[in-house]
Amino acid sequence: MAQFGSVERKGGSRVAELVGWVGRLVLAVAIPLIAFAVIYYGFIWLRDSNAPKWLTVIVAIIWGVGGVALLYWVFNRIVEQLPDQWTERLQPYVFVGPAMAILIWYLALPSARTFYLSLFGRDGYPKDIGFFQTFASDAFVGFQNYVAVFSERLLTEALRNNVLWIVFGSTLSVALGLLVATLADRSKFERVAKSLIFLPMAISFVGAGVIWNFMYDIRPPGEAQIGLLNAILAAVGGSPVAWDKWTEIQPWNNLFLIIIVVWLQAGYAMVLFSAALKGIPEEIQEAARVDGATEIQVFFRIMIPYIMGTIITVWTTVVIFTLKIFDVVWVMTGGQFGTHVIATQFYRQSFTARNSGYGSAIAIVLLVTVIPVMIYNLRQFRQQEAF
Amino acid sequence: MKKRRNWTGPLLINGALLLLVIVWSVPTIGLLVSSFRTRFDIGTSGWWNILPHQEWETVSTLDPKELGLDPDGVMEVEGATGTFDELRDGVESADGKSRVTWVGNKRLGRIEVQDRVWTVTWDFTLDNYKQVLLGAGVEITNPDGSVETAPGQDMSQAFLNSVAVAIPSTVIPILIAAFAAYGFAWMSFPGRRLMFILVVGLLVVPLQIALVPILRDYNSLGLNGTFLAVWLAHTGFGLALATYLLFNYISTLPRETLESAFIDGASHFTVFTRLVLPLSVPALASFAIFQFLWVWNDYLVALTFLGVDPTYKVLTQRLADLTGTFGNAWHLLTAGAFVTMILPLVVFFALQRYFVRGLMAGSVKG
Repeated sequence: MAQFGSVERKGGSRVAELVGWVGRLVLAVAIPLIAFAVIYYGFIWLRDSNAPKWLTVIVAIIWGVGGVALLYWVFNRIVEQLPDQWTERLQPYVFVGPAMAILIWYLALPSARTFYLSLFGRDGYPKDIGFFQTFASDAFVGFQNYVAVFSERLLTEALRNNVLWIVFGSTLSVALGLLVATLADRSKFERVAKSLIFLPMAISFVGAGVIWNFMYDIRPPGEAQIGLLNAILAAVGGSPVAWDKWTEIQPWNNLFLIIIVVWLQAGYAMVLFSAALKGIPEEIQEAARVDGATEIQVFFRIMIPYIMGTIITVWTTVVIFTLKIFDVVWVMTGGQFGTHVIATQFYRQSFTARNSGYGSAIAIVLLVTVIPVMIYNLRQFRQQEAF
Repeated sequence: MKKRRNWTGPLLINGALLLLVIVWSVPTIGLLVSSFRTRFDIGTSGWWNILPHQEWETVSTLDPKELGLDPDGVMEVEGATGTFDELRDGVESADGKSRVTWVGNKRLGRIEVQDRVWTVTWDFTLDNYKQVLLGAGVEITNPDGSVETAPGQDMSQAFLNSVAVAIPSTVIPILIAAFAAYGFAWMSFPGRRLMFILVVGLLVVPLQIALVPILRDYNSLGLNGTFLAVWLAHTGFGLALATYLLFNYISTLPRETLESAFIDGASHFTVFTRLVLPLSVPALASFAIFQFLWVWNDYLVALTFLGVDPTYKVLTQRLADLTGTFGNAWHLLTAGAFVTMILPLVVFFALQRYFVRGLMAGSVKG
């Protein structure tokens, strides 16, 4: 009896082991399946339901954020079920993999795909033939799109405007940011002043467009001007002008669009300069003053050289930013009155004119212009010892 | 000499600073003030008329016939002289205190005498906001007392859409970037260095490069015009900077703290969720504010991937539409613009400290 009992017990533990093993297997399969089902049906519900807007919004937020968290949890669980050796080998890819996949899908591959597209005519590459055969097809135009970018009048105008944007936009932003930072550093009202100059950073380009359209509003002479700038002109006896839509002064009407971005960006420059200025040792400035240097000399001979690194960083950032400027021009003038820039031409060619080859060539030109900065960043990174 | 410098210096500095602050603030103040003025006021007078200013106000109306004036000759009324045509435009009296205007034609006209008086135009209303936010028709009272029904612009829907786009587009990239940053900082695996070089290299790639290929992918996946499409796009475009910033922070966390957790048998996942995420809150918050403002204010990505379906448009799209369709309807545009600005301004003022910290840590964004 005892023996039988012990056999039975042995058999029982074997059954338990088997059940446990099957259970684990079922769980390992079922949890991901349930998770994917939840995510998939959530998507379908969001797409097709007629629930009230606020409910859809709440569900969408929970579904989107929760779904991503759930995916990490599920994949991590699967990997942790594996033998330790495999867990150790695979877990880093659970952590890093999704980010790399998204970066490759959204930025790295598109760079290559856009370049490939830029070698073809307006309808893109033929889809029914092999990759290498596309280069022999009629749609393949080689570098003709690039020739057009640098020779067509509309595009050369856009390139010229971008140069204006970069030269005036970045210089004014940096200079004004530095001026405010220096003044605020010596004022009792530093916090308030900096907050107010910084505030436009929170405003969208479209919103800023409306704000400045209102500043630039023009009424026929004789009527009451409701735009502040024309009202000032009228008060001093001038006749109203159209500012950013003022075709007679082309290309300088672009300056009135550039001012908007300076208004938005100077706060950014100010914040960085302000921090850099606070890092200058007081003794150096005092020593110079004791030696008889004027405030102007202290500013140009000591402070500027001391924060040169920050100035270059800010300048680069603002240049990259103005290079891609789109919303302001699109909303204010739509590129009319000689105000097109590279990014608006890119949008127009890609989506309005549906000339994918030409639009892609413009995008590649944008990419090429930032490559020096990319190389600089990579070089800085290689010098870091930590990695 | 020394004494003089003591007060002119600060005065000059504060004066220059005040001037700059005023110049910087006036455009926004003008917008805010105008959004509360009546449609009639916005269209006919500048918003600065809410400040005390002098205006002509009619004090008496005279009948030219009773005064025995000859409209064909030079007339003198209340100290002002002029011909009929001059009086039609209004003639100021010699002392400049009053103005005389002939209203109407020569035969049946009347003469209005106006005095210069100090006044403020303080006729504020919420009608503009009602009209911009509500979906149904909105009743609006005109200055002459008549009531008309204007179509609502239904921007409250767009506001909800912006919330639905912005919150996941902020949280998802942070979550993914935090996992990756932890992986780069605290795990060793083949390809680690190469992958991080890719992250650094992609920091400045302009997002324009990706719009056409991604739009094609979305078309074949049926994702176009969905919130998911925009979340993923913002995640893709913000991820390089997020990973880079969070790596810089997470890699400097104290090694001993993490190692003692590992010795206690904690897994990477546990250490990450229980230890690293709570310790990284300042960095996460900084980037969150940065990304939230970026996404909320974005126009290009929404325009490309959300498309033209009005039920899904976000605030920036709706505002841009208003600018295109009603370029001179300032009562709608000013209120609409302020509706788009209100949430970022609140976030900005409440969390400015974190935002500044994020800016300082960040380099450049593609």
